[in-house]
Amino acid sequence: MSNGRILAIVIVSVTVALIVVGTLWPIPAAVAMASSGSDLLRPSTSPQAAVANLADEIGRLAWEKAYSSLANNNEFTELDFVHDLTGSYPSLRAYATLDSFDQQPLHASADEAQIQLKLHWSTVVGSFLDTRTLRVVKTGDRWAVAWPVVKEPRVPPQVIPVNYLRWDVIYRGPEDDWAAQDVEAPHVRIVDMHPVERGDGVIIMGELLNEDVVPAYVTVKATLLAQNGSAIATEDSFDKISHILLPKQVTPFLIAFHNVSLSDVANIHMEPSASLIAASADPVIEIEDQHLNPAPGASLSGNLLNQSGQVVNVAHVLETFYDKTGQLVWVSDQFVDRALLPQTPVSFTIPIPADIAAKVASERAISATYSSGRFQ
Amino acid sequence: MKFRFAFLLAGLVLAATQLALTQTVVLGLPKTIEAGSAFSIQSTGAGKAVLYIVGSGQVLRRDVQLGETTFFAPGDLHNAGRYIAVLVGASSTENGEFDVTAARQPAALSFLAKPSRLPVDLHDGISGVAYVFDTYRNLVLAPTQVSFQLSNINGAVQTRTVLTHNGVTWTKMDSAAKEGAARFVASAGNATSTRVIQQVPGDPCHLRMSAQPSGQRLAVVTEPVRDCSGNAVPDGTIVTFTETYKGGEATVDVPLKRGVARTEMPAYNGAKLSVATGVVVGNEIYWGNVR
Repeated sequence: MSNGRILAIVIVSVTVALIVVGTLWPIPAAVAMASSGSDLLRPSTSPQAAVANLADEIGRLAWEKAYSSLANNNEFTELDFVHDLTGSYPSLRAYATLDSFDQQPLHASADEAQIQLKLHWSTVVGSFLDTRTLRVVKTGDRWAVAWPVVKEPRVPPQVIPVNYLRWDVIYRGPEDDWAAQDVEAPHVRIVDMHPVERGDGVIIMGELLNEDVVPAYVTVKATLLAQNGSAIATEDSFDKISHILLPKQVTPFLIAFHNVSLSDVANIHMEPSASLIAASADPVIEIEDQHLNPAPGASLSGNLLNQSGQVVNVAHVLETFYDKTGQLVWVSDQFVDRALLPQTPVSFTIPIPADIAAKVASERAISATYSSGRFQ
Repeated sequence: MKFRFAFLLAGLVLAATQLALTQTVVLGLPKTIEAGSAFSIQSTGAGKAVLYIVGSGQVLRRDVQLGETTFFAPGDLHNAGRYIAVLVGASSTENGEFDVTAARQPAALSFLAKPSRLPVDLHDGISGVAYVFDTYRNLVLAPTQVSFQLSNINGAVQTRTVLTHNGVTWTKMDSAAKEGAARFVASAGNATSTRVIQQVPGDPCHLRMSAQPSGQRLAVVTEPVRDCSGNAVPDGTIVTFTETYKGGEATVDVPLKRGVARTEMPAYNGAKLSVATGVVVGNEIYWGNVR
């Protein structure tokens, strides 16, 4: 009986101790979950704390609280602030969640500081980074962030005439004779292919051409074969390809095999496949101001310009890099997190491995787009 | 199904063998019958018997009077193949075999034409395969003349006439130099089958563009894009414009609309503009006074 009483006292004591510790020094996840807000848990007594609180509120989508905490909220509306972070139109940003953030102090004085905030957002197609340089000012005994709002440009009301070009397909029906031909699948051809050993595996890069006069939905599958003809592994290009190819369009592709050595590979069986798809020739996207930025942090940056009249919700840029001899050396891609408004440039940056960047002499970019509500 | 047929056959043969020991009857069978035609079977002897005719996919049973002729109406036997006839009498049996062949007159064609879409001016690019069937969809194995005819939009006609071998025949045709749909017809007797072959322009030839200022930018436009036979390349074909200038590049994939591709590019002095479609490269333009 006395043992049980002692055990109960121990359990109660430990529970109380844990509650006190958890309240005084909460972990970030607990802060995020706390509905009472982070101000109570982490007073903005320093520039770093103010920035961390703001990032926490952004992560919890507590827009009202985040907006009201800003030092310069008289300069823009809460909607401007929300649109700055999530976009005005449906895009990858609109459905992204804040995975983590980190901050780096750049400059500090008694009543003002400059901090670089890196917001790591996660989406269904990977993560993207949103970097903001924040000015943090001291008002009384508290610090508050002056948010550098970037207002999304508005497209003035107008009519943009588009000669809408679309392909529709009628397939054979069940009542047709067995010999009645179906519509011919598009003819596609691999025009370039290079296997390379990289990291812990083998990478196959190449280019695929739709040599037909109809649009094609394409995929590329590769099987690595050993000396004895047995299959080592089979992979496909997944999203490292532009799946919809209009007539005479070329897409790069990249297929990665992990934990495979190129020395074990005797042969590679490539399987490009194409099927007819109803598609639209619009929108037309110009990829302008492409610049190769040298190492360290080698990348290719540029702007996407939507020349058509419809909003593009998700854009995917695929870049093919060539060396001096015109040989394909790398394929890289990037999803653009903001919607492409008509005639409005949106920037993108595609990282390039440092060793590859030294070899790159030229590049070729294509973009694939998705617009909600568009039939394609 | 196969087992049931085997059991039935075995049973009938067994019964026939036992009964043959007691009395003999004679069954007069034709050697071959054309599918769907009327025929008769003569028997000898006296008394009643049952006549079974068993073949692939078809079994007939008739009560017969021995010594009389049993008639079968047109269409009673319509599947081509080997048949077994078994006459089971009260005290004797007789069996025999005969063939049902496809009717000689073609009634239907199954016509495979490949591909349904191909570039113009391709030698032996179109293949046609025809299977000849009779009214009851039996493959006509006897050599049959099949005529293939490919009519192009400009009226040019290619014709081939070939004999079937084991019910099938094939041919090859050239695609025309002019784009458009072609009618590919196979005919045998009164049976015809038609397929449509789309003859589409080939790769663009002599791709050329021009550029002129358009405000702060450059308006670039191709000449009407045609293949080497002079056919207009279809709208929607992607033309890639690339502009390289000091330290930068701009690219845009533009679909042909009304035969030409047009877009606007940044105007940089000394920029090099190039145009390409698929693996075909067009001309280059150096903008400004630096080359």
